[in-house]
Amino acid sequence: MRRSLFGRTWLNATAAVLAVFFIFPVYWMIATSFKQDQDIVSKTPVFLPLDVTFDHFGTAVDAPNFWTYVVNSVTVTVGAVLMSLVIATLASFAIARMKFRGRKAFVLVIMMAQMAPWEVMTIAVYIISRDNDMLNSLVPLTLFYMMMVLPFTIWTLRSFIAAVPKELEESAMVDGCTRAQAFVKVIFPLLAPGLMSTSLFGFITAWNEFPLVLILNKDEGKTLPLWLSSFKTAFGNDWGATMAASTMFAIPVLILFIFLQRKAVGGLTDGAVKG
Amino acid sequence: MAVHSERVQTQSPDPGKAAVAGVETSAPGGGSKGAAPKGTRSAGGPGLGSRLAPYLLLLPATVATLALLGWPLLKTVLLSFQNLNRRQLVLHLTEWTGFDNYKEQLTDPEFWAVTGRTVAFTAVNVVLIMIGGTLIGLLLNQLGKKMRLVLQISLLMAWAMPVVAATTVYTWLFDSQWGVVNWILDQLGWHSMADYNWLSNEYSTFFVIILLIVWMSVPFVAFNMYAGLTTIPKELYEAARMDGAGSVKIFTAVIFPNLKPFFLATTFLEVIWVFKAFTQVYAVNAGGPEKLTRTLPVHAFLEGSAGQHYGIGAAIAVLTILMLGVLMAYYFRIMIKQEDEL
Repeated sequence: MRRSLFGRTWLNATAAVLAVFFIFPVYWMIATSFKQDQDIVSKTPVFLPLDVTFDHFGTAVDAPNFWTYVVNSVTVTVGAVLMSLVIATLASFAIARMKFRGRKAFVLVIMMAQMAPWEVMTIAVYIISRDNDMLNSLVPLTLFYMMMVLPFTIWTLRSFIAAVPKELEESAMVDGCTRAQAFVKVIFPLLAPGLMSTSLFGFITAWNEFPLVLILNKDEGKTLPLWLSSFKTAFGNDWGATMAASTMFAIPVLILFIFLQRKAVGGLTDGAVKG
Repeated sequence: MAVHSERVQTQSPDPGKAAVAGVETSAPGGGSKGAAPKGTRSAGGPGLGSRLAPYLLLLPATVATLALLGWPLLKTVLLSFQNLNRRQLVLHLTEWTGFDNYKEQLTDPEFWAVTGRTVAFTAVNVVLIMIGGTLIGLLLNQLGKKMRLVLQISLLMAWAMPVVAATTVYTWLFDSQWGVVNWILDQLGWHSMADYNWLSNEYSTFFVIILLIVWMSVPFVAFNMYAGLTTIPKELYEAARMDGAGSVKIFTAVIFPNLKPFFLATTFLEVIWVFKAFTQVYAVNAGGPEKLTRTLPVHAFLEGSAGQHYGIGAAIAVLTILMLGVLMAYYFRIMIKQEDEL
């Protein structure tokens, strides 16, 4: 389509302003975490920190229990994702490849479970965990995070399994494989990318979870989001250290997202276009 | 529409669905292949084993869902009929009170104030998110390759930013003394904003929360919109243009009808997400000042957990779930209508 020079400039200028609007908070977080204190509390903000320091990261890492919280977050997240992968692989194979009564109902429940109002169920989860003497423990967190990511994992893996041509599986079975063997030898290897991206999305969800850990765990049972949310208060407006802590917390997710981007957006678009 | 040229165009029976179901589940070919197998010829005979197989495969997922989702839901309802405060909790007492918690809430002006506020808050957010996301999606579709990539990366970063980190950064951006926002407003000549405390009143607190939520939600809508746009055959635009249609006419006559399922589904998803948003509202100012920025989920948490009136909190939670249930019922009616491959 022909577009005038003026029209193109105008579009690009709008896009540039929007790009700045969306990236700025992320940039400001990272920039602040590397700035000298006098550049953070300065009458004129320093937009490009040339005088770089790593002290704020030191302050954040040396904060009480930092490494405990890292271990907690990693344990809970990895545990939840692995459990949901196993359970979801079984279930999604059934709904993608088998015909049975109750299939539609199950799919519907999964879709609804994906929107479960966890934010307001925290009180019940708290009482359940307390009645089982599991406050400040990582067990309920892992189990409930597993449940939070399970519907999404099933739903996503279902599409990945459905995308594997049935003929591949059938020819393996003609060659004498049982259905289970055909799954393990033919479908499973083809699922690797699907399992990978699905688990990374699950990881991001569990890594970010806040409302549940807020009510369940205190002190040494905290995870990183809870630590981060109380960081500013604990450090009396030390913005450098607070932003360093935010940066350390956000960087793994930002990197994963860049890596997943093509699957999240590109892969999808392709799927939608190629039909 | 030179921007389309690098994409293979094929007829997609329902592009909006593919885009929404696609991004939501982020799977390749989502919504493209019929999931239900035509026959189970090769699955062996109709023996008992193969008839039971699907149920055995679904067993772990079903047990997990019942125990970890069904039970807390039921427990929320049970708690809402109990008088459960600090004393009862410590002494492990179960005192049933019937509908007392509900009567108390439904006659409490504060509950209705919070409900009205939550509805207004959701409406403002969703309108801004849908308009912003749609416009940016349209813009992405018009941009050249390089500029589009720049904007996409920038949107992606906002989308990927963890909620708690984003909330922390926003409180820093809007810090009264050293925040960069107040500095910019001061430079622009609005000198009374130089040391403005954004968290001092409910309107400016809500401004920060809404900006945060819109900022992090727009990318999802924009990417979906852009994905949907690339599925509209360019012949349709050309035909419309030949007939002399302007940009607005093209949007109302070509784009909107093609992407209507997308608009409906995305709007409902955003309504549900914003309605139950907890972290942003709580972490910015904990429902303050003076409880004036509490929305329903935050109200349930603060009354129930922080205030240690667990029964009351559960009743507020159930009322919130009922409202969400109505929204979800509408959403599923739309989804089921268009999702023939369920």
